[in-house]
Amino acid sequence: MSVAPPLLAVEGLSKSYGGIHAVRGVSFSLRAGEILALIGPNGAGKSTCFDMLNGQNKPDTGHVRLLGEEITARKPRDVWRLGVGRTFQITATFATMTVRENVQVALISHGRQLFNLFGSAPKFDRDEAGRLLELVGMGGYADRPCGELAYGDLKRLELAVALANQPKLLLMDEPTAGMAPRERVDLMRLTAQIAREKSIGVLFTEHDMDVVFEHADRIIVLNRGTLIAEGSPAEVRGNPQVQAVYLGEGLVYDARHREGTSA
Amino acid sequence: MAFYVVQFLTGLASAASLFLVASGLSIIFGVTRIVNFAHGAFYMIGAYIAFTLTERLSGAFGFWGSIVLAALAVAMIGIIVEMVLLRRIYHAPELFQLLATFGLTLMVEDLVVLVWGPDDLVGRRAPGFKGAIDFFGQNIPSYDLFLIVLGPVVLGILWLLFQRTRWGVLVRAATQDRDMVAALGVNQKWLFTSVFAVGVFLAALGGALQIPRDAVHHAMDLRIIVEVFVVVVIGGLGSIIGAFVAAVLVSELNAFGILIFPKISIILVFLVMAVVLIVRPWGLFGKPEAPARKTPGLTVNPWRPLTSNERLAALAALVIAATLPLFAGNYALTVGSEIAIFVIFAVSLHFLMSVGGLASFGHAAYFGLGAYGIAFLAKMAGLPMVVCLLLGPLLGCMGAAVFGFFAVQLSGVYFAMLTLAFAQIVWSIAFQWVSVTGGDNGILGVWPEKWAASPSHFYWLALGVAALVTIALRAMVFSPFGYALRATRDSLLRSEAIGIDAKRIQWTAFVIAGTTAGIGGALFAYLKGSVFPDNLGISLSVDALVMVLLGGVETVSGAVIGAIVYKALNIWLVSQTDLSKLVLGGFIMLIVVVFPKGIVGMLETLAQRRKKAPPPASPLLAKPIESAE
Repeated sequence: MSVAPPLLAVEGLSKSYGGIHAVRGVSFSLRAGEILALIGPNGAGKSTCFDMLNGQNKPDTGHVRLLGEEITARKPRDVWRLGVGRTFQITATFATMTVRENVQVALISHGRQLFNLFGSAPKFDRDEAGRLLELVGMGGYADRPCGELAYGDLKRLELAVALANQPKLLLMDEPTAGMAPRERVDLMRLTAQIAREKSIGVLFTEHDMDVVFEHADRIIVLNRGTLIAEGSPAEVRGNPQVQAVYLGEGLVYDARHREGTSA
Repeated sequence: MAFYVVQFLTGLASAASLFLVASGLSIIFGVTRIVNFAHGAFYMIGAYIAFTLTERLSGAFGFWGSIVLAALAVAMIGIIVEMVLLRRIYHAPELFQLLATFGLTLMVEDLVVLVWGPDDLVGRRAPGFKGAIDFFGQNIPSYDLFLIVLGPVVLGILWLLFQRTRWGVLVRAATQDRDMVAALGVNQKWLFTSVFAVGVFLAALGGALQIPRDAVHHAMDLRIIVEVFVVVVIGGLGSIIGAFVAAVLVSELNAFGILIFPKISIILVFLVMAVVLIVRPWGLFGKPEAPARKTPGLTVNPWRPLTSNERLAALAALVIAATLPLFAGNYALTVGSEIAIFVIFAVSLHFLMSVGGLASFGHAAYFGLGAYGIAFLAKMAGLPMVVCLLLGPLLGCMGAAVFGFFAVQLSGVYFAMLTLAFAQIVWSIAFQWVSVTGGDNGILGVWPEKWAASPSHFYWLALGVAALVTIALRAMVFSPFGYALRATRDSLLRSEAIGIDAKRIQWTAFVIAGTTAGIGGALFAYLKGSVFPDNLGISLSVDALVMVLLGGVETVSGAVIGAIVYKALNIWLVSQTDLSKLVLGGFIMLIVVVFPKGIVGMLETLAQRRKKAPPPASPLLAKPIESAE
C-alpha cells in the first residue's frame, strides 16, 4: 500500500497575467491538522495562489489535489462540497441576515436543502448553528443583524460559517487584517485550537509576523511568484534570503515578548 | 440583389438615430451610473420641438437651425432635470434611479399630448434631401444617405471630444473611478451636469433628425427606449463604439427580419441578443459591471416570520375582507377582485425583487402570458374553467423559464434592461401575431363559468387565491430556499464559497415569480372577460414595481399593503382625471425622492423607534398585519 496522500498537495502551480508571472511553479503540501502560513511581501502572488486553491481563479498550469483528488479549476462551490472552507480578506457575509441565519444558510447548503421550498429555515439546524457560534465565541450575538457587527466579530462569524460543513481544510486569506492586535492573537489562537481538536488543516496568509510565528507549524515564503523558503518558524526566521526580501535584517521577531500574549 | 442593398442601406439609416440615442445613454451611464429611462422621453421632446420649430422657421437654414436648436433646448431641459431631480438620487440604489426617470417619462407622455395633441404629426422634408436616388430600379431616399454618413461622423466627433479635450479626459477618468476624480479636486456636480446635458443633447438630436423620416407621435419614447436598451445590452453599457456597432446590427436585423419573419420580426433581434448574452454577458464592447450597490440602508430589520398574534390579526383582516359582498355593491366587488389580483402580481414581483434582489422591469410579461394562456385554453381548446386556471399560468411559467434563464446571467441594471426588453418582445408578438393573438383587438369573450360568474363569487375566488399565493410565497421567504435566495442577493462571493449555485437559485426564483404572476394574469383574464397586449405592457410592469416600492422594498409584507393602496388609488385616480400618467409619474418621483422606504418600511422604523425609547418595549406593529385584501 502506498502512503496516504497529503490533505492538500499543490504541484507546479503557475499563473500569469499578460507578461507578468504572478505565480511560478509553486509546490507545497499540507497535512491534516497542520497549520501552514503563506507569507511574502505585497505583490508576491499570495492572493493569486490562494484563489487558485479553491477554484476562485484558474491556474495556467499545475495541479491542486485534495486527499489525492484533483480539484484544479473546479468551481468554488464544488471545492467547498469536498470539505474546503474559506474566509476572505475582506469579509463576505450576508449583511441583511442575523448572525445565526448566516450560519444557517451554510448549514442548509451543507444539508443539501437549498431547494427546499416549504420547510422552516429559522428552525433549520438551529442548535448546530448555536454550537458553531459558541465555538467561535459569538453565542451571545446570534440574533444580532450581521450588518451591525464590528469587524473583528465579522471575521469570527466567517470562521463559524467556514466550519459549517465540517471542513477538512480551512483557507484563510489574511484572517486578521484590519483587526486590533489583541483581537488578532485571540482569533488565531481560537483557529489553532479548533484546527488541532478537529484535525483540520489550515492554510493562511498573514502580514502580522507575531501571529505567524506564534501559530504556524510551518511557513512557506513567496516572493515574486516563486517559493523561496519553507520550514519551521525558526528556520524561516533565520533564513537570510527571507530576511532580505521580507522580514528585514536586524529585527528580532518574537511572539513571546508581547504583553498579554504569553502562554 | 439591388433590393437587398437598398434594404441594407435603409437599415444603416435607421441606425443613425438609434446610435445617437444609445450613445447618449451610454455616456450618461458611464459617468453617473444612472440608466436614464427618460432618454426616450428626451428623444421624443426633441422630435416635437423640432417639428414646431421647422414649421415656424423657413428655408434650409431654418430647418437645420431648428434641428440643432431643438436639441439644445432639450439639453437645457435635461440640465434642469439633472439639477432638480437626479442630484437628489445619485446615491440611491439603481432601481430607484430607473424608477424616478421612468416617472419622468410618464409625465412627459401626458405633457406632450397636452401641448401637441394626440395625433401623429408629419414633419417637413429636409431641404436639400427631398428626393430619392435611383439604384438599379430601387429608390433610396437621399435623406437616408445623409443619415448613413451622419452616424460615423458623430462617432468621430465623440471620439475627438473624449480623446482630445480636457473635458473628455475628465469624463473618461470619471467613467473609470469617479471617486478618484472627485478626490483630485474636480467639481463633480459640474461634470455630471455637463455629461447629462451632452447625453440628452444626443438623444434629442436623434429625435429631431427622425422627423423627415417618421411621423412624430406620443408613444415613440417607449419604442425607442426598448430598442436602445437592446442596443446597449448587445454593445455593452458605457461603450460608444459598442453603441455604434450594436445600433447598426439591430437596425440591420430589423431591416432583414421583416423579410424573414414578416409577422414577428423582433424574434431575430431577440435571438441575437440571447447569443451575445451567452457568449459575452457584458456586451460586445462592455466590461463586467462592478458589484451593484446594495438595497438602501443595510441596517434592515432582520426579517422574521409573523408571530402567532400577527397571524391571527392577518386572518382577521382576511375574514373581514371576505365579508365585503355582504354590504358592498357590484362595482366595489369588481374593484375588490382587481385589487386581490394585483396583490398576487405584486407579491410575485416582491419575491424576485426584494427577496432575490432582482428587480424585473418586465414582470407584466408573465402576468400577461398567464392571461393569454387562459384565453387560448378557454376560447380555443374550450376547457373547463378550473382546468384553465390550473394550466393557464403554465404559459407564464414557461415564459419565465426561457427568459429567466438568460436574465439571471446578469444582475443590476443589466437585469432590469433585459427583463424590460423581453417583456417588450412578448408584447410585440402579442401585438403583431394577429392570426393567433388577435393583435390589438385582443381575444374577447373569456368569461368565467356560472359558479364563479357573479361578482361576489368571483371576488371570493380572487380573494382566496390571493390569500393562498401570499401565504405560499411568504412561507417560501422563510424556507431554506428563501434563505438561499437572500444569500445570493447579499453576497454572491460568500454564497458561492458555501456551495450555493446562485444562478440556479435565481432562475428557480424567477420561474416561481413568473408562474405566480401568471396566476394573477389568469384571474385577470376572467375578471375582464378579455385579453389584450396591454396585459403584458410596460406600464403594467411598472405598476408592479411601484406597488412593491410603495409598500416598502425591504419589507416582507410591503407588497401586499403597497398593492392595496396603489391599486385603490389608481382606480380612483383614473376615474377622476384624464392626466393619470402625469399624476402617477409625479407620484413615483415623490416616493423615490421623499419616501424611499415605503409605507411598511416607515411603519417599521416608527415601531422601532418607539421600541427603543421606553424600556417596556411593545412588540406591537413591528410588522404590520398582513392580509390578502
